[in-house]
Amino acid sequence: MTRKQTRTAVILASLAILGIAAGLILYAIRDTIVFFYTPSEIAEKAVQPGTRLRLGGLVEQGTFVQGENAMYSFAVTDTLKSMKVTYKGQLPDLFREGQGVVAEGTLQGDGTMLADTVLAKHDEKYMPKDVADKLKEKGVWQEGQTTAQ
Amino acid sequence: MISEIGHFTLLLALAVAAYQTIVPQWGAWRNDAVLMASASVAALLQLALLLISFAALTHAYLTSDFSVLNVAENSHSMKPLLYKISGVWGNHEGSMLLWVAILALFGAAVAVFGRNLPDTTKARILSVQGSVGLAFLIFIAAASNPFLRLMPPPVEGNGLNPILQDPALAFHPPFLYAGYVGLSIAFSFAVAALIEGRVDAAWARWVRPWTLVSWALLTIGIGMGAWWAYYELGWGGFWFWDPVENASLMPWLIATALLHSAIVVEKRGALKIWTILLSILAFSLSLVGTFLVRSGILTSVHAFAVDPARGTFILAILAVFVGGSLTLFAVRAPSLKTGGLFATVSREGGLVLNNLLLSAACTAVFFGTLYPLALETLTGDKISVGPPYFNLTFGPIFLPLLLLMPLGTMLTWKRADVLNALRRLWWAAAAALAITLLVLVLTVRGPWLAPLGIAMGFWLIFGAAADIFQRAGIGSQPVHIAWARFKGLPRSAFGTALAHGGLGVMVIGIIVLSLWKEEHITSIKPGESIPVAGYTVVFKGIEPLSGPNYDGILGRFDIMKDKALVKDVVSEKRQFRPRGMPTTEVGLYQGFWGDVYVVLGDAASDGTYVVRASFNPMASFIWLGAFIMFMGGILSLTDRRLRIGVPKRAAAAPNAAPQPAE
Repeated sequence: MTRKQTRTAVILASLAILGIAAGLILYAIRDTIVFFYTPSEIAEKAVQPGTRLRLGGLVEQGTFVQGENAMYSFAVTDTLKSMKVTYKGQLPDLFREGQGVVAEGTLQGDGTMLADTVLAKHDEKYMPKDVADKLKEKGVWQEGQTTAQ
Repeated sequence: MISEIGHFTLLLALAVAAYQTIVPQWGAWRNDAVLMASASVAALLQLALLLISFAALTHAYLTSDFSVLNVAENSHSMKPLLYKISGVWGNHEGSMLLWVAILALFGAAVAVFGRNLPDTTKARILSVQGSVGLAFLIFIAAASNPFLRLMPPPVEGNGLNPILQDPALAFHPPFLYAGYVGLSIAFSFAVAALIEGRVDAAWARWVRPWTLVSWALLTIGIGMGAWWAYYELGWGGFWFWDPVENASLMPWLIATALLHSAIVVEKRGALKIWTILLSILAFSLSLVGTFLVRSGILTSVHAFAVDPARGTFILAILAVFVGGSLTLFAVRAPSLKTGGLFATVSREGGLVLNNLLLSAACTAVFFGTLYPLALETLTGDKISVGPPYFNLTFGPIFLPLLLLMPLGTMLTWKRADVLNALRRLWWAAAAALAITLLVLVLTVRGPWLAPLGIAMGFWLIFGAAADIFQRAGIGSQPVHIAWARFKGLPRSAFGTALAHGGLGVMVIGIIVLSLWKEEHITSIKPGESIPVAGYTVVFKGIEPLSGPNYDGILGRFDIMKDKALVKDVVSEKRQFRPRGMPTTEVGLYQGFWGDVYVVLGDAASDGTYVVRASFNPMASFIWLGAFIMFMGGILSLTDRRLRIGVPKRAAAAPNAAPQPAE
């Protein structure tokens, strides 16, 4: 095999592998990404039931209910709209009413969300950055509420 | 006072780094031996100064000197000693100081061990190394100074983030940083080679041990991070495809590729340009990682640093070094002589494929990590790219790599015969399949993918053994000859086998844990129990808890099997005093076949507690595999031929006088 043929083979193999990788990436990015919304945005954008999404906001005061066998429900609010979330599992250590939360799951037909993941921030000083940004956009967040270092 | 000394030596180190950047490079152009030799002195001096600086900060932490802002913000007088020490790098400023100190350590190591390097090459390497140090020292002095004073000093500090107060995490950053920063050596070697316009076998022999050190440290660092996530975060997962985890995985993937392509340069003189590019990319990805972690750009469980000014600064450093080195590469690479003819099917060809797949895998991770940032910057849409993306991209790219790995080690240089290689591996394939069938017969539960994953793991393990057998002639030679050859094999051969086999052990752990995990979440009262995978987790009761810097409650659990006690474990809910932050400690029984993992959750008004009990089969294999891979790297390093500093380009006087320390 000459140098030229080897080089051609190597280049073709590289292109094939990179092509497959690029294809996989593009396919996966279309099908697996999850958009982040606040309760108001879900209403505005008329998100269809069955959609997988991340919901962010504050856990609304007085809505937390502990059911049988580690079933929980609570409402997530951006202070304009709120949305009920049900979740089975263990809640993170920092989960509590009035605190920032991000829930990931699917939107149900009755306008609630069935979450399979609930995240709270690891440091109490912060609220999730996503949530803070969204709340700032909605104008209900005041600077100085965090003491981020 | 001691902090002022630390501050002063930090600034002195900056000046020395400036000298080390400019003068030796100038000396190399002028071919001035004195100026070039001063590079080594500067490198050692820089290390000494930064060690003093680091020691001064450590002293401030040990004595809880809260007049130092950094200590007041991140430490607490009641913290245990270990976490006072680890607190030094458990914050942004301290970790950056550790970063440059390790950088200086590597620079000094080149100065000491690189005696056989040609003078000009060595001066240029140390100059590039110095420039990286200079950039980060300016960053520390300007935007991340750990020695700033606080007046008046507070009585008590804020304390370290409690989830960082853990033995595995105490030592995870130094290992990971050493791995990241070690890649700067390969980078400096590559840039020096581009300036000189020469890449040859000797160059590759010099680069390989440094890359190997970094690779081994990254491997163990990532392993420790995964272990920490597994038992400290309390979710029972070990890898979340979190951007910060990806930031460490990307340099690891490219370092792995570099390790393999440098072999081709050394043995066959081919792939030179590609290897140079990988050296640049590996360190560039380390810088990207540093940027992602330290800029606070990520919404991540690890985002401890939040400061846009710092982010911009690191981004500028990133742009200068990545942009500069790639420009240099574009200008100089075409002038490098290529060599080494090989057939497509050959050891070289196999290593090219290895490199392509590793690079493709890295690209997938890179894209998945940065796409959300890019999209948010461009359109404002917030998205999350999670495990489904990575499983769909990383998985299919890595699968052929694993499948072909044992085959690659069997191929001969220049031209190889696949059938011949397969003939030497048939028993490995047969044994892997036999074990898998046995697994299927004994335990059929859960997804069918798991037995295939087990087969893959054993294929790698047996393939690694087959490589050793083949080299020693075990099976084809009389026993005493095979034994003699086995004993005579270079250590790097065993190192390779360990690294490849360790990956197999890890693959088994990852696949089995991911697919056969059994989990139950229920509300139970003390006295009640949860059955999980043949074990019974009995909830004994709740007790109050008081630690050195936390209070809380603990739940006692007995893990029973066949009515006999296996282990009594404790899961704690701690409330840390300085910050009032709660954390959960997992109750863990580690067995060979799997872990029983018990987490105490919230109490309900009727006296029940939410308890999560899971059986994580073969979880230990993941950490064991990472450790075996690490040991493989270390064993290879002890190989005479790979020892740092030994290789020579030309016959040089072996008794060159050691450089004076100052």
